[in-house]
Amino acid sequence: MSNPKDKVIKTKNHLDYIPTIGIECHVQLKTRTKLFSGADNDAKEAPPNTLINHIDLGLPGALPVLNKEAVVLAIKAAKALNTRASNFSKFDRKHYFYPDLPMGYQISQFDEPIILGGHVRFFDPTSKEFKIINITRAHLESDAGKNIHPDKKNYSLVDLNRAGTPLLEIVSEPELHSAAEARLYAEKLYLLMRYAEVTEGNLYYGNMRFDVNVSISKDNTLGTRAEIKNLNSFRSIERAVNYEITRQTKLLNSNQKIIQETRGFNDQQGTTYSLRSKENADDYRYMPEPDVPPIILENDFIDKVEKEIPKLPDYYTDRLRKLDIDEVSSYILLDYELEEGKGVLEYVLGLPESDAKAIVNWIINIESPIVLNNPNISSELLKKIHNIYLSLRAITKEGLINSNSIKELIKKLFQEKNIPEDLKQYISKLGLFQNSDSDELDQLVSKVIKENQKAFNDLKSGQQKAIGFLIGEVMKESGGNANPGMVKTLIEKKL
Amino acid sequence: MWPSLKDLAKDLRNGQVKSVDLVNKTFQLIEDNKEYKTIISVQKDSALKKAQAIDEALKSGHKLGRLAGIPFIAKDNFLTIEGYTTAASNVLKNFRAPYQATAINLLEEEGAICVAKSNMDAFAHGSSTENSDFFTTSNPFDQERVPGGSSGGSSASVALNIAPFSIGTDTGGSIRQPASFCGIVGYKPTYGLVSRSGVIAMASSTDTIGSLTKSVSDGILIMDIISGQDKLDSTTLDSQYKVDSKRITKVKKARIGIIKEYLDYGLDDSVRKGLDLTIQKLKDQGFLLEPVSISSLPLALAVYYVLCPAEVSSNLSRYDGLRYGYSDDQSKDLEDSYFKNRTNGFGKEAKRRIMIGTYVLSSGYYEAYYKKAQLVRTKIINDFKEVFSKYDFLIGPTVPTVAFKKNSKNSPLEMYLNDIMTVAANLAGLPAISLPVLMNDNLPVGIQLIANQKKDNELLSLALEVEEILKS
Repeated sequence: MSNPKDKVIKTKNHLDYIPTIGIECHVQLKTRTKLFSGADNDAKEAPPNTLINHIDLGLPGALPVLNKEAVVLAIKAAKALNTRASNFSKFDRKHYFYPDLPMGYQISQFDEPIILGGHVRFFDPTSKEFKIINITRAHLESDAGKNIHPDKKNYSLVDLNRAGTPLLEIVSEPELHSAAEARLYAEKLYLLMRYAEVTEGNLYYGNMRFDVNVSISKDNTLGTRAEIKNLNSFRSIERAVNYEITRQTKLLNSNQKIIQETRGFNDQQGTTYSLRSKENADDYRYMPEPDVPPIILENDFIDKVEKEIPKLPDYYTDRLRKLDIDEVSSYILLDYELEEGKGVLEYVLGLPESDAKAIVNWIINIESPIVLNNPNISSELLKKIHNIYLSLRAITKEGLINSNSIKELIKKLFQEKNIPEDLKQYISKLGLFQNSDSDELDQLVSKVIKENQKAFNDLKSGQQKAIGFLIGEVMKESGGNANPGMVKTLIEKKL
Repeated sequence: MWPSLKDLAKDLRNGQVKSVDLVNKTFQLIEDNKEYKTIISVQKDSALKKAQAIDEALKSGHKLGRLAGIPFIAKDNFLTIEGYTTAASNVLKNFRAPYQATAINLLEEEGAICVAKSNMDAFAHGSSTENSDFFTTSNPFDQERVPGGSSGGSSASVALNIAPFSIGTDTGGSIRQPASFCGIVGYKPTYGLVSRSGVIAMASSTDTIGSLTKSVSDGILIMDIISGQDKLDSTTLDSQYKVDSKRITKVKKARIGIIKEYLDYGLDDSVRKGLDLTIQKLKDQGFLLEPVSISSLPLALAVYYVLCPAEVSSNLSRYDGLRYGYSDDQSKDLEDSYFKNRTNGFGKEAKRRIMIGTYVLSSGYYEAYYKKAQLVRTKIINDFKEVFSKYDFLIGPTVPTVAFKKNSKNSPLEMYLNDIMTVAANLAGLPAISLPVLMNDNLPVGIQLIANQKKDNELLSLALEVEEILKS
């Protein structure tokens, strides 16, 4: 782990503050039915109040019955968080009044949650190192419904479709020290939950919602924190944390106090605003839930469930690293795998070590059918694409084509019904071979320098970025197929 | 007088009586006994329709359930699809349930017909029906006295022979105490033996469902039908522990402990007399009876009145008037509607318990009250366990007194003291039964038999024997 002191913010007054961030993430579990009722759990597009029964509605005499599937998913989540579900955990009632909470209490886990401990590891591309963030706990609880406030009306509406959806609330230790880290943690958590097949993970539908605790301090004692509630995108986490750090820094620099409070985030303005102060905090009057017996998990059962978990992100990144594929590219592939590119990881892991890195670059930078056509990519098509990649590897190894041209070439080849038997002839016909004829290129260089005397003079006077401009102009003149390395050398010769 | 449930069922099967006539007779009896105010609402149309259907089915020789065509009365905290379910509270005055209690379903599957819903203390908070938001029921033996509670309407109805049986709930004594006051048999099973699904919750960790009958054998039949595991209630026990008529045996020998702590309490003369008589008769039959002390027992009432209000305050949170139930249409905004709906909807006792419960669960008081009470509860459970390693059953009075006069309890605390001998069985989840003695005297007296958890069949076997002995 990096030293938090590396993350100090330099302010105008040269006062240095270390931000500290902890994240609570509510993960909606993709069970078929709700946490304590048999009502359908897929609330996405259902008309209001159609996915409810007497339990969700909090009718008199209704008793919650725990959904086993939710417990199974929590066991999987525990594994993804590098820990193991507790053998004993229990439910408690958390009391408060709100129209979206039909029973007047939420069934949650207070002092004996299903998951204790664990950690999340992510790669920070800025510092180029791995960070490990510890998990305090994760507990099962039921989601609330939704209050809807129609514009310019003197009433509000309540939709209880979401009431009772199982949530796993994952609480991190306050070990994050920048907005970027907060975002990276959240992104990794998302991948973990998706790969463990715990959640649908659709952020638009609120399948994962984040509460972010932010404080700043000059030393190792934590400052007063503000909790920013209900962030539902990675970008908003980063923006909200950044705004909050700036806000708190300004307050402290002008000798004002930070008050402990809950804040909301205005996505349009990128600002946070006070919701309620913790000084008049709710007293939730936690009480053991007498209607739901404790969850007792035998080790054999936990073992059995853990065996069902598919391969997790770190399994892939560790293997991709051996193929010299960097972490950023790995994360992109992990993302493809979840969305339009199911199967891409297995494909890449099957590539020869000498070609994997280059082919991954093509997959990522040039729209590949591998990550577009899924899930219906045929083995035939996959084979064709694979052959294209391998043939091109041979050609690039010979230095016959530059990176600009290869993009165009790959795109063209994807459109062909059959791969041309004589690939070199095909490339030559398209005029995409790299021009490495020094005489021809020298003429072009001279022409460009003549037409761009100012840039050439700038370069002479030491302005290095001018060379890029000149190379670009030569490339243009060559129709894109000049060998850029040779062009650079030729320009430098003229100095 | 109604014949026993078994005889009644036989008469119906043989075509000697018609269900329609029984149902009509019940409605007539409800009318005739109106002055006792035992009933909140009747289900006339649906009951008669069901009775007709059963009569026809019986005529055409169909094999029907064990209670086919027999009318019964349910305490008004059992949700029934027919009619209203109010828990005797203004909050639910016009509430119609869209689903039904498991216990009601099980009785209906055996052909029993719910004809009416009986009065109770609102939300089962009380020992006299005086806390009903609607009216107070009178004791069948003396109209100036209470029938006990909270299942007072059910008890009085059975004692008045309005219906052959009734079902009720017992959270701190709400079946046994009114059974004692009305001279009938009241059975409270082991916690979890009968599903609580569809029964309006009072204190979830001690709520039990049981029978109010004229005889032990009727009680056995009812408990046989309604007990058993239910997937709608996760706290129900495995069905191997259910009451099973076939497992009721003749008890000739048993070690019975006489609970010492209950004798030290100021008992009414007739209660002491009833208990002594029972003990003597049992000894005469060769049962071993000796005093036993359970030192934590005097703490049970205090523990109960911390834990019960805590759960009550939680269970009553749902009555906010936003989805169903009493709603004040003068509310200005959300907070005002919570305030008005709950202030004007709930009666005094419900509000008292909500406030006590909220207090004992509040941060800063939780440790001193709720947590401490839970510790003592565990101690009581362990003390009972120890006693049951030496004795098969325990015996004592059900209530220290006979039925008291209406409006005679001057404070809530005096009322709570009435539960002093019943709450311990609830806290420890034990099965207990109240049996009537001294029926020839002015006011009935109840004696209580208690067994270890899951020993319901054994307890009912003993009760059958004691009932027989008391008759001699």
